[in-house]
Amino acid sequence: MKMLVLIKQVPDTATQVKVGSNPSGIDVTGITWIVSPYDEFAIEEALRIKEKRGQGEVVAVTLGADRAKEALRSCLAMGADRAIHVNDAAFYGADTLAAARALAAVIKLEQPQLVLTGRQAIDDDMGAVGAQVAEILGWPCLSWIMEEAISADGTKVRVGRQVEGGLEVFDLPLPCVLTAQKGMNEPRYPTLKGIMGAKKKEIKDLKAGDLELGAPTRELEVVALEALPPRPPGRILTGDAKDMARELVRALREDVKAI
Amino acid sequence: MAGAFWCVVEDDRQGRPKKVSAELLGEARRWAGELGATVEAVWLTDKVEPDGLRQLAAWGADRVWLWEDPALVPYRGEVWTPAVAALAGQENPRAIWGAVTSRHRELMARLAARLSVGLAADCVSFSLADGQLVATRPVYAGKLLSKVRWKTTPWVATLRPNVFKAAEPDEGRAPKVERPTVTLASAVTTLVERREEVQTGLPELAEAEIVVSGGRGLKGPENFVLLEELAQVLGAAVGASRAAVDAGWRPHRFQVGQTGRTISPKLYIGCGISGAIQHLAGMRTSKVICAVNKDPDAPIFKIADFGLVGDLFEVVPLLKEEFKKLKQQ
Repeated sequence: MKMLVLIKQVPDTATQVKVGSNPSGIDVTGITWIVSPYDEFAIEEALRIKEKRGQGEVVAVTLGADRAKEALRSCLAMGADRAIHVNDAAFYGADTLAAARALAAVIKLEQPQLVLTGRQAIDDDMGAVGAQVAEILGWPCLSWIMEEAISADGTKVRVGRQVEGGLEVFDLPLPCVLTAQKGMNEPRYPTLKGIMGAKKKEIKDLKAGDLELGAPTRELEVVALEALPPRPPGRILTGDAKDMARELVRALREDVKAI
Repeated sequence: MAGAFWCVVEDDRQGRPKKVSAELLGEARRWAGELGATVEAVWLTDKVEPDGLRQLAAWGADRVWLWEDPALVPYRGEVWTPAVAALAGQENPRAIWGAVTSRHRELMARLAARLSVGLAADCVSFSLADGQLVATRPVYAGKLLSKVRWKTTPWVATLRPNVFKAAEPDEGRAPKVERPTVTLASAVTTLVERREEVQTGLPELAEAEIVVSGGRGLKGPENFVLLEELAQVLGAAVGASRAAVDAGWRPHRFQVGQTGRTISPKLYIGCGISGAIQHLAGMRTSKVICAVNKDPDAPIFKIADFGLVGDLFEVVPLLKEEFKKLKQQ
């Protein structure tokens, strides 16, 4: 079974993020980059499917600048077999739809049985690419997946999707797109052997021309990025617990009318 | 210029719209008023109560597009998306909005792809520039705000619950209901079962107006009962930090933060939570933030409106008693 996992390189959560000299982008100097955590759940799940079935291929795919290769290397070190890097300046600053179209084009070239990705990337938090890829391909899709089980004959999958108030379990045919929610698995750490082996694995570069797509359009434009307005300084209460509790409840009621 | 502002209805699965639909309609009214447009609700459901329809009208829907069909429940993207897209093709709405819920997030992404338009997810405010809508949305763990604008209509967006002011109901308005003639596509996915979560009797985390949240300072899963008791008094939902979830003290669905739920309650009370960036990402748009922590240097105090430096095991039961007294007044 061939599986494609769509991943994105994002700034580490703990990293300082500032608006760049171009006000619609961030200043990338000094940023620590990671694979978006939800995408790691997707990679991990693909590796488990391969291990369980005793065969298969896991291909990590990303769209991004040169530095995104490090993220692909991390996936290869975890155990992915090879990687594809859509690395073309035409896609820099792509909106979700342009990204989804490019990734859908890669999927058409590769023809996997299953596409996995995270439910959202933790940089722009749009949470749209997986579902949009499915829509473009006309494939079934379920989002926020907590569990999956592929049938022995590899033609369908049973999937548990997290919804408000519960879990909905569906059967659907392959190929399909699934987006991983936290709680699906615990991603493994790469072993030293994995890290060494990753250096020998293939990362194929693709350009816009290889995907038979016209120039990417931009349906959503970032007008500006702005720092968060600071919250007004708060009140710190110390001392006797009973006095603090009484004062807080009074202030919530009378000063800010929160209750 | 294209027409109405559409708000896709989020309902309680019993035939009535949820409060977040009032927030969407309230915000849509505001911009539709500025632009001389109408506001319409789009409701896909298997069950409709007459007072549910009246409610939508009272909240400002000039018209309700109603699909009532058992095939619409549970939500399936391959059924909902072509239906709404086909109606949009006929009616040419100016905007299509949903709520930030699991199903609306997916629906709006698919709809944007199908209609070849931009999507702005998880919006927290809007403005107008030259007659065009501009959306503001938190990005990078809520450290920055991104202002985005669409190249063409419809302006497809999802709106974060509890952020926008709910429409003031006008009970005098009668619903004008239209049933679209668009035929529903058949489903490709088949529902096997729905596993309900254990009913706590407390509200759903993402929609709750008050949230009481606990972290590592609770020292163990058994101590969440302290927060549950406080939540009972307040009618609040209970959340947890990533540390508490990763330690296995609470299931993941209770996690507030970057890899959990993003919430925006009127009142947030964090107990024994230090306030790591990834936690703040999930709650910093709360209106009033209170923190109880015995470490005076805990980062959460930097964004808290009220910080109580003290032992939560002492403070939380006292808070419960004080809130209880208030309720009895």
